[in-house]
Amino acid sequence: MKRHLISAADLTRDDAVLILDTAEEMARVADRPIKKLPTLRGRTVVNLFFEDSTRTRISFEAAAKRLSADVINFSAKGSSVSKGESLKDTALTLEAMGADAVVIRHGASGAPYRLATSGWIDGAVVNAGDGTHEHPTQALLDAFTMRRRLVGADSGLGRDLEGRRITIVGDILHSRVARSNVHLLTTLGAHVTLVAPPTLVPVGVEKWPCNVSYSLDNVLAKSDAVMMLRVQRERMNAAYFPTEREYSRRYGLDGERMAKMPEHAIVMHPGPMVRGMEITAEVADSDRCTVVEQVANGVSIRMAVLYLLLGGSDTALSAAPARTEENK
Amino acid sequence: MDAQHDHTGNAARPVLEAPDIARVLTRIAHEIVERAKGADDVVLLGIPTRGVFLARRLAEKLQEITGRKTPVGSLDITMYRDDLRMRPARALARTDIPGEGIEGSLVVLVDDVLFSGRTIRAALDALGDIGRPRAVQLAVLVDRGHRELPIRADYVGKNLPTSLRETVKVQLAEEDGRDAVLLGVKQATPTDAR
Amino acid sequence: MSKILIRGARILGGEPRDVLIDGETVAEVGTGLDAAGATVIEAEGQILLPGLVDLHTHLREPGREDSETVLTGTRAAAVGGFTAVHAMANTFPVADTAGVVEQVWRLGKESGYCDVQPVGAVTVGLEGKQLAELGAMHDSAAGVKVFSDDGKCVDDAVIMRRALEYVKAFDGVVAQHAQEPRLTEGAQMNEGIVSAELGLGGWPAVAEESIIARDVLLAAHVDSRVHICHLSTAGSVEIVRWAKSKGWNVTAEVTPHHLLLTDELVRTYNPVYKVNPPLRTEADVLALREALADGTIDCVATDHAPHPHEDKDCEWAAAAMGMVGLETALSVVQQTMVDTGLIDWAGVADRMSFRPAAIGRLEGHGRPVSAGEPANLTLVDPAYRGAVDPAGFASRSRNTPYQGRELPGRVTHTFLRGRATVVDGKLA
Repeated sequence: MKRHLISAADLTRDDAVLILDTAEEMARVADRPIKKLPTLRGRTVVNLFFEDSTRTRISFEAAAKRLSADVINFSAKGSSVSKGESLKDTALTLEAMGADAVVIRHGASGAPYRLATSGWIDGAVVNAGDGTHEHPTQALLDAFTMRRRLVGADSGLGRDLEGRRITIVGDILHSRVARSNVHLLTTLGAHVTLVAPPTLVPVGVEKWPCNVSYSLDNVLAKSDAVMMLRVQRERMNAAYFPTEREYSRRYGLDGERMAKMPEHAIVMHPGPMVRGMEITAEVADSDRCTVVEQVANGVSIRMAVLYLLLGGSDTALSAAPARTEENK
Repeated sequence: MDAQHDHTGNAARPVLEAPDIARVLTRIAHEIVERAKGADDVVLLGIPTRGVFLARRLAEKLQEITGRKTPVGSLDITMYRDDLRMRPARALARTDIPGEGIEGSLVVLVDDVLFSGRTIRAALDALGDIGRPRAVQLAVLVDRGHRELPIRADYVGKNLPTSLRETVKVQLAEEDGRDAVLLGVKQATPTDAR
Repeated sequence: MSKILIRGARILGGEPRDVLIDGETVAEVGTGLDAAGATVIEAEGQILLPGLVDLHTHLREPGREDSETVLTGTRAAAVGGFTAVHAMANTFPVADTAGVVEQVWRLGKESGYCDVQPVGAVTVGLEGKQLAELGAMHDSAAGVKVFSDDGKCVDDAVIMRRALEYVKAFDGVVAQHAQEPRLTEGAQMNEGIVSAELGLGGWPAVAEESIIARDVLLAAHVDSRVHICHLSTAGSVEIVRWAKSKGWNVTAEVTPHHLLLTDELVRTYNPVYKVNPPLRTEADVLALREALADGTIDCVATDHAPHPHEDKDCEWAAAAMGMVGLETALSVVQQTMVDTGLIDWAGVADRMSFRPAAIGRLEGHGRPVSAGEPANLTLVDPAYRGAVDPAGFASRSRNTPYQGRELPGRVTHTFLRGRATVVDGKLA
């Protein structure tokens, strides 16, 4: 079985808990004087980024380096990719360089899946965000943050998010973070509610294992965590909503709305935040907001994923029941 | 992590029973106090899984002898193993260093079985990333020989000459419901890395 | 030209008959015909159909000869049992002048495998702004009667109305690629449950249906003929059914792939399943089959769209849209329509030869298999079963969605005006 992390939907409950538990141990390494582990010495991890994303790239880079892997950063900008080289040729180049894992960020949905299933490379493929499809390590770090905050770092070990109520607010239609979180949080036993104006909810959402609400105010009191998604101002021009002002009035999180949340409930954001749009500065800077924690947790989660994929002869995850093509 | 599983239906023979284990632990505790001249800077670090339980038992014995609490913790060596690529990636166990730290102290590593010595080599590496103890010593319940590295134990519960065809299985009440050391005969393909 | 005797073939699936071809025409149909001086083809158990006619083929020449040429495309057509194909206008340069359509027409004549009837563009450069010289293309040697901006929709209602009116002067027909452009910006696949999960831009059914609704109303208003290309949704079927019930001059085609494949296949992100209009849902597939059976949809057209390997060997978003289809069309129709009992072989002859020829006003094709008619014939072995192997394609391109899939039926012989273009499943 190939060892990849393409979609949060490919993770079983036990896989997901194993990743969270492993990340918990990785997080403890960050508190040591020497933050490095020799585990992936001699392994090469390539960060293949076709889209700009400094935050995600340095998170993966820090994770790989803490595990002593060699890291090669391959950014599409200024490379042969911008001169028309195809994903395939880039992949073949990486293969020739002996990449044990390729962490790929791509603007096209499905590009990591193609990379993993087309036979272009042998290494593990980790999806670091593909188009409007998925961003599984973001969902994992979100779940990790929730488990730490809502269950507890040590008391959470071995446990999932059974019965927790998670609300995800914003541009669901274009959000890979939302898709991965719906899959993962549901797998972990949480109840997910998506909140957005109807224009920003995909047609077909009725088959997702979650609820959809058009009103933020109706769900706040019943949320253990509220995850705000970035809303790009450009969406306004495509008539997804009339004005910024109207959007933040109806779907933005301000202090008044935060006060309606249960006392233990947290506010999350995958970043980068658009302050004044989906979140006010008051909320973003409050101690209920986990944005900074999420960044730190991202490194631990990515260490866990890289370790579980590369730290042995085979992955520790039951992983990738790579969808098979019909009649092939 | 104990790599040995006894697959035989009948062959496993107890070489140490619960009272024997209690007795050797008491002896080791006394030896530690003697060799460490009172053991006031001793930190016990057990190697998961069973080494951790043995370390806790030793800490209790030390307290009975010295009247003081001895810091006890755990040291997971998984990510320092030299055979990672020979088996699927393993789940990690907890590394728990007592609050006082290990800087300048006498760390006594505790494990159930000493075999190839590779686990202890990994433990020494792991320890080096955490701090710089004054000295490191090793206590094991059973030394079954067949060392592959220049490593020896400072405190041995029982020296048990074995052949490579044999398996040594330590059972502890905390994990297995009873205390025993079982000697068996290996039937399956060799997987033992210790 | 010598004589050929096809012995014991079931014409349109009927009782076994002998068919004697003399020169370019069918000389005699009967039983126990005299084989003297004729090459005999034993056709026991095989179905004899009129040569198939495709209303919708992309031959790519001029301009994209790396994916197909008139020669390779017509060879593929012959292998698939076709004796005439309509070559779509979206070439480089666009077939929007008499010069380009005559060039394609001439290349077809030279190929000798299949008649090539060029389709003329509706608007200059397929831009949807200014009518192309429809009359000049009609009057040219190519004698264009079908006009289409296929690949693009004639979305401007006024341009569409004028085109429909203008072609009445020479009994032309406008074949519409129904795709509302604003509703399909960034569209990558059918909008629905699968697109929501995969995060691929949705191509909603309503983008097709709204254009069809508009165009049948326009055609009725100006009393002209409109033909709907590659109809793909259950809703489109309802609109066409309604338009026909009004007695309006509306015809429609469906592709083989829309009769068989669904958007579930896109879960593989394999661009071989990327096509425009996109693969739809199971419910759409069933509605299309039913509509083809009851005559709401008039005919099957392949939308054969060859692409070079590199345009499909990439990520989904970067891949070209389209599938080759000439060489597998009849097999897919057999599987989805005949083997399911929805139509018989006479129905196949109707949907793949008589009706498309009639819609295109194509002479010499889509004729009954009887004495005195042109010997454009296709002989099919319906009992054959085999996996599709693109390596054996006559087409220059290999972008088939059926690789490795077992399909029924095989064209054993194709005759173009009495001359065998395919013998025993191989190009003659």
